[in-house]
Amino acid sequence: MITGSFDYHQPGTLQEAVALLAKLGDGARVLAGGHSLIPTMKLRLAMPEHLIDLQAVRELKKIQVTGAEVCIGAMTTQAELIASDELHRAAPIVRETSLQIADPQVRYLGTIGGNVANGDPGNDMPALMQCLDATFVLSGPDGERSVQAREFYEAAYFTARDDLEILTEIRFAATSGGYAYEKQKRKIGDYATAAAAVLLGKGADGSCEQASIALTNLADTPLYCEAASAQLVENGLTEPSVDAAVASAMSQIDPVDDNRGPAEFKRHVAAIILRRAIQQAWARA
Amino acid sequence: MSKQTINLNVNGQSVSAEAEPRELLIHVLREQLKITGPHIGCETTHCGACTVEMDGMSVKACTIFAIQAQGKEITTIEGLGNPDKLHVLQEKFREHHGLQCGYCTPGMITRAHRLLEENPNPTEEEVRFGISGNLCRCTGYQNIVKSVMAAAEELNTTESAS
Amino acid sequence: MSATAESVQDRKAALKGLGTSRKRVEDARFTQGKGNYVDDIKLPDMLFGDFVRSQYAHARVKSIDTTAAMELPGVVAVLTAKELEPLNLHWMPTLAGDKQMVLADGKVLFQGQEVAFVIAEDRYIAADAVDLVKVEYEELPVLVDPFKAELPDAPVLREDIADQKEGAHGARRHPNHIFTWEQGDKGATEAIINEAEVVAEEMVYYHRTHPCPMETCGSVASMDKVNGKLTLWGTFQAPHVVRTVASLLSGIAEHNIRVVSPDIGGGFGNKVGVYPGYVCSIVASIVTGKPVKWVEDRMENLSATAFARDYWMKGKIAATSEGKILGLWCHTTADHGAFDACADPTKYPAGFMNICTGSYDIPTAYLAVDGIYTNKAPGGVAYRCSFRVTEAAYFIERMIEVLAIKLNMDAAELRAKNFIRKDQFPYQSALGWEYDSGDYHTAWDKALEAVGYKKLREEQAQQVEDFKAGKTRKLMGIGLCHFTEIVGAGPVKNCDILGMGMFDSCEIRIHPTGSALARLGTISQGQGHATTFAQILATEIGISADEITIEEGDTDTAPYGLGTYGSRSTPVAGAATAMAGRKIRAKAQMIAAYLLEVHDNDIEWEVDRFVVKGAPERFKTMKEIAYASYNQAIPGVEPGLEAVSYYDPPNMTYPFGAYVCVMDIDVDTGVSDIRQFYALDDCGTRINPMIIEGQVHGGLTEALAIALGQEIAYDELGNIKTGTLMDFFIPTSWETPNYQTDFTETPSPHHPIGAKGVGESPNVGGVPAFSNAINDAFRAFGLTHTHMPHDHWRVWKTANDLGLHG
Repeated sequence: MITGSFDYHQPGTLQEAVALLAKLGDGARVLAGGHSLIPTMKLRLAMPEHLIDLQAVRELKKIQVTGAEVCIGAMTTQAELIASDELHRAAPIVRETSLQIADPQVRYLGTIGGNVANGDPGNDMPALMQCLDATFVLSGPDGERSVQAREFYEAAYFTARDDLEILTEIRFAATSGGYAYEKQKRKIGDYATAAAAVLLGKGADGSCEQASIALTNLADTPLYCEAASAQLVENGLTEPSVDAAVASAMSQIDPVDDNRGPAEFKRHVAAIILRRAIQQAWARA
Repeated sequence: MSKQTINLNVNGQSVSAEAEPRELLIHVLREQLKITGPHIGCETTHCGACTVEMDGMSVKACTIFAIQAQGKEITTIEGLGNPDKLHVLQEKFREHHGLQCGYCTPGMITRAHRLLEENPNPTEEEVRFGISGNLCRCTGYQNIVKSVMAAAEELNTTESAS
Repeated sequence: MSATAESVQDRKAALKGLGTSRKRVEDARFTQGKGNYVDDIKLPDMLFGDFVRSQYAHARVKSIDTTAAMELPGVVAVLTAKELEPLNLHWMPTLAGDKQMVLADGKVLFQGQEVAFVIAEDRYIAADAVDLVKVEYEELPVLVDPFKAELPDAPVLREDIADQKEGAHGARRHPNHIFTWEQGDKGATEAIINEAEVVAEEMVYYHRTHPCPMETCGSVASMDKVNGKLTLWGTFQAPHVVRTVASLLSGIAEHNIRVVSPDIGGGFGNKVGVYPGYVCSIVASIVTGKPVKWVEDRMENLSATAFARDYWMKGKIAATSEGKILGLWCHTTADHGAFDACADPTKYPAGFMNICTGSYDIPTAYLAVDGIYTNKAPGGVAYRCSFRVTEAAYFIERMIEVLAIKLNMDAAELRAKNFIRKDQFPYQSALGWEYDSGDYHTAWDKALEAVGYKKLREEQAQQVEDFKAGKTRKLMGIGLCHFTEIVGAGPVKNCDILGMGMFDSCEIRIHPTGSALARLGTISQGQGHATTFAQILATEIGISADEITIEEGDTDTAPYGLGTYGSRSTPVAGAATAMAGRKIRAKAQMIAAYLLEVHDNDIEWEVDRFVVKGAPERFKTMKEIAYASYNQAIPGVEPGLEAVSYYDPPNMTYPFGAYVCVMDIDVDTGVSDIRQFYALDDCGTRINPMIIEGQVHGGLTEALAIALGQEIAYDELGNIKTGTLMDFFIPTSWETPNYQTDFTETPSPHHPIGAKGVGESPNVGGVPAFSNAINDAFRAFGLTHTHMPHDHWRVWKTANDLGLHG
């Protein structure tokens, strides 16, 4: 399994990277951790003429927690996300999710930017980002702009990112309350059969003050479940309310048949996994 | 595409190779630098037979272009010990029968090495989770886990004794 | 007295012989990254070969245009069937008496089939050139379901033999039919089935899978045109057979071919067959005059070399209402893919499937197997298995459970009621085998006691109640298995491969200073032969295992043998080793007697020396004898101390075991969790308990993989769906449990040291144990049988079909 030939570029700054991408155009791809792109290239499903490796762009590698605001550079690896105690205090769901991605070796190189930007519905970070209501910062020839994670995904491998833009940063508010990322998979290294990210805030009176639900690999994009989230805030965590929230989320999903099983199975498992995630998050709230 | 010079520090030695940008680190190590300890098992980032250490990270050398490793420190199984002084992991894998055909072993030991660097006193569960990027078809992992646990214990004993 | 006794003990321990958990001598190089596998071989001017493969499962090849590939700098040659035809190498014989295309000859019959072979200066250029070869196909209707192979509208796959009414194994009734193999008494069995009080019926499918060793297959061929010698390194589980085949195919005299199996990164049956890659690397080296390497990648491995299983086994089992089994009937539809490339002894087109009466005293039985062509990869290899014994064991161990349900009887009790009793051995089975030895009841009782079987059943019953009461969504499965293996193929009178009798061999040289070199016809792929064969010899000849070098795999030096697969190394080559050792000892006895100036009969063997009877202070050690054999003229005795044994086993060996698996199943997600796995193995005399235990762990993990998810699956167009390790299930350390191992020891009466072989037992017994646990979990809800692999969705579906999701 050998990739096609390409020219390799290693810009030292974001500005250089953006300029290179603009100059090289269609035939160029940005290389982050490479753990989605390189296997695709080895299958010759992608044959870029130029690779722009972002590893030397130092400004893209950072985890900053400023008050209630979290800012993560796109080139931050999953291993770094897991290792950061500061990030864990600010948003523990990130470590919980990151540990369920791929395997240790992949997590050393796989980046958050690569995971959210390539639009693979199997990736875990996109739903997490929707759950966190994260903002993606994109830099292109026309400067910088922001897109909400909940608006970013259009279809499998199609996102709001323009081909000439680089996803540079991810920002979200620190979380409070309970959290859970539940994922069913066949083995370590597998994509989700179904996975759910849930954040719940519990009021002093036991009411649900805040809820956010998103799902992985159950449609051709990650799914933010707005109605289901609202349902829990409105009616709390009673059994009928959770039932209604799950039912609402399930009305959004559109899983496909694959080696993990047919859509019918995934629909059933998705509901179970979401329910467990809600229960776990509530127990932690 | 033309070849470029790639400078690496492999097992403490500065080395260089001429390679096209698309040449994978595993191929440059094995074909040019004659470092044949790391193996190729799947080529799709699943099996971990090609695991090496790169700047303190366990990585799968089949999913890195050599040029991405420009200027980096690489440690392979060949760099962990030598016939006169084996690494404790190498000894413990033998002692606890942590290998059979030997094909996954270099990657497995190299991975276990990094695991113990980061977590010198792992539980069995942490070892199992920590080596889950390395497949083995022969051992059923039971003796591999035993070997890694035994190595951790010995390293800790030596540490506290000194 | 005690001092002498102690020193005998000490000397015995110093030998590190039989029964010692000796550390492996192989490990030094493997743990230091100094193994030498085929892809590690690098020769001057070596070229690299890569295949153009078919993306279609069935298509006519209209044209192959290699122009653009040939124009790519660094490409040396492109071979197609057209280039191979003048050499008569465009087809090759298979081990099963069929023939197989080396490169597509007019049509392709499975996805991934070899169409052209590109030879280039390195693997990068070769890969680019593969993309430049233009092949024009005309798609043909695809046959993937073996049950549709003989329908009127079925496409004819093998046009080359469409008109042949007679195949290698008898009559063919249809162009897509390969053979029918019948064993046992059909009439008598059907009469029993018709009249019995209780008959249980089931279709038991053992799905298609793949051995998938960590190292894929590969070869390096180097034709030395000056000396006319061909050297072929490769991943060969049977190097001597490869040499003979290579000679017959290429016309190069056998003495001019040297085949070398270097270190092999796991075989599990994948590396028994002869593959187009091997042949093409040889031809390429002959054509180019340079060494040529071919190494397949993982996707090629999974899609083109050596699938295993794919047996549809329809069974009927008859019993009295008290549970005494009276008869067993089985009809198997065997999906062989595009070519019959099974690696079975010639007379056994369905391998040892006729061991399907298992551990039970079943007086009457009948087996028929129909081999069928489909548009899938060829193979049918014995994946950690002795020629279809895994299929047989799975079949009978499922049928026993199905019968237990029908009888409303505990499955452990039903087994115990029907085991062949200890006093019945040697036991003649209804399907023609003579089981050499066994003590099934003892093993079974030990296993049930070890796991607390009665308590487990009580807990399970309680859990079923709790489930019905809505208190839990989990169910508990208890998977039982008592298997009998048949290994050590085999007696030359009925076992051969391509006409070569399935003996094996050992050649020993004792050096003047008393260390030794032994060479065998087998080849280790991780089993630790260099360690264990030295142990056998240490006990036989009284030289420490540490002073014995074992060599295998080089046909220029090793004696002819049939190789390592089917758990045959210990039963056959291990026996040869012991026998050659005994020849050494016999000669040593003559030398010792001469040195001690007594008659041969006046001395006796004691651990590492010959001692004069009644005068223990007068002795000669094997080391002294060895030295004397080189430096003294002994009347009537040739100088030196060497021996050779070619061992033709009188019978197969029959290892057995009792396994219990306890599984917790999440009914809502289909996720199963192995709570406990107990494995008792009886492999006769135990040579190295550490290695035995390691083999059991590994075999059980392969069994786990197969039972719970590992499959080679195709869609209706014959596209492979499980071509990478993302989808082809190999459990990691995280999904794999710890196993509890145990043993009984019933030596084989006909093997020189009583050993039976163990490598495959855990796979043979493990698969039914895992599968029975899944099936058993749902027994209380009316399930009789559900097919493997029991991955999440299939387990979920089983629960769903039973109405357990409300």
